[in-house]
Amino acid sequence: MNRKDIVMGLIIAVIVAFFLSPLASSWPDGLEKVAHDHGFIVKGEQSSIFKSPIPDYIFPGLKNKKMATAISGLLGTLVIFGIGYGLASLLKKNKDCR
Amino acid sequence: MHIPDGFLTANTWAPAWVISTGTIGYCLKKTAGLLKDRMVPLMGIMSAFIFAAQMINFPVIGGTSGHLLGAVLAAVLLGPYAGAVVLTCVLIFQCLIFQDGGLLALGTNIFNMAIIGTIGGYVIFNVLHKIFGNNKGFIIGAAVASWFSVVVAASFCALELAFSGTSPLLIVLPAMAGIHALIGIGEALITVAVLSFIQKVRPDLIYGFAGESNKA
Repeated sequence: MNRKDIVMGLIIAVIVAFFLSPLASSWPDGLEKVAHDHGFIVKGEQSSIFKSPIPDYIFPGLKNKKMATAISGLLGTLVIFGIGYGLASLLKKNKDCR
Repeated sequence: MHIPDGFLTANTWAPAWVISTGTIGYCLKKTAGLLKDRMVPLMGIMSAFIFAAQMINFPVIGGTSGHLLGAVLAAVLLGPYAGAVVLTCVLIFQCLIFQDGGLLALGTNIFNMAIIGTIGGYVIFNVLHKIFGNNKGFIIGAAVASWFSVVVAASFCALELAFSGTSPLLIVLPAMAGIHALIGIGEALITVAVLSFIQKVRPDLIYGFAGESNKA
């Protein structure tokens, strides 16, 4: 993969995360729906043992919820790209050293 | 199907943590051994794309939505080991930063989606790819495997919920498998669309496609 391929791939991911995420369906997902229908959804609502910085992909401090989702998607996509790329580079380096 | 904390008891999430940690450790080692230069940035791109695509819930039926899992997509593009590593990175990131899936339940979520979904899905893909031959087998394999990856991961999720005493197996298993049989159709459509696109523009990037243009 050359630089152009990497930029192209990343642009596609960013478009999905930034422009499509505010349009996503807000209906419950399969597990939430089943949990709701069969009465165990409450079990998941109380017991969070830690607080995430950006719960539910809503970037804090923004009034516009759709924009808050889009910003979370954009930042998340760039950071996870760095994590995936970084981890792969480390694994590769590890291989080349041996 | 990211399980939140509270749905599982320790007799379920604790062994799942042990199994997932061991399996992903093995996958990291295998990935390091198989990693080619071109795969390094692709692992970053796939992490980004799967994270982004998992944010896009599409409506299914009766007020329920689903989103791409991406397990078979990652496995076909990167191979099952690197695919499982990418899914695991995404799940850890979603759990820690976005509270998507519980922390105690993270090992279980990794087991269902990153291990069963990716490696199980790849086995199905590989068998069908061999039976039906290159181009046809590639599409049929990807479609069927991605459908199964979602349904089987959801069924494991149901087994774990039943094992935790959260919901009786005879209720939760058909409910989870049934709704994910529909979500799996979306999974298959998206997986085939993305793989067909990559097959057209950059077939050399695909690990699971032994076409004549597949260069190292």
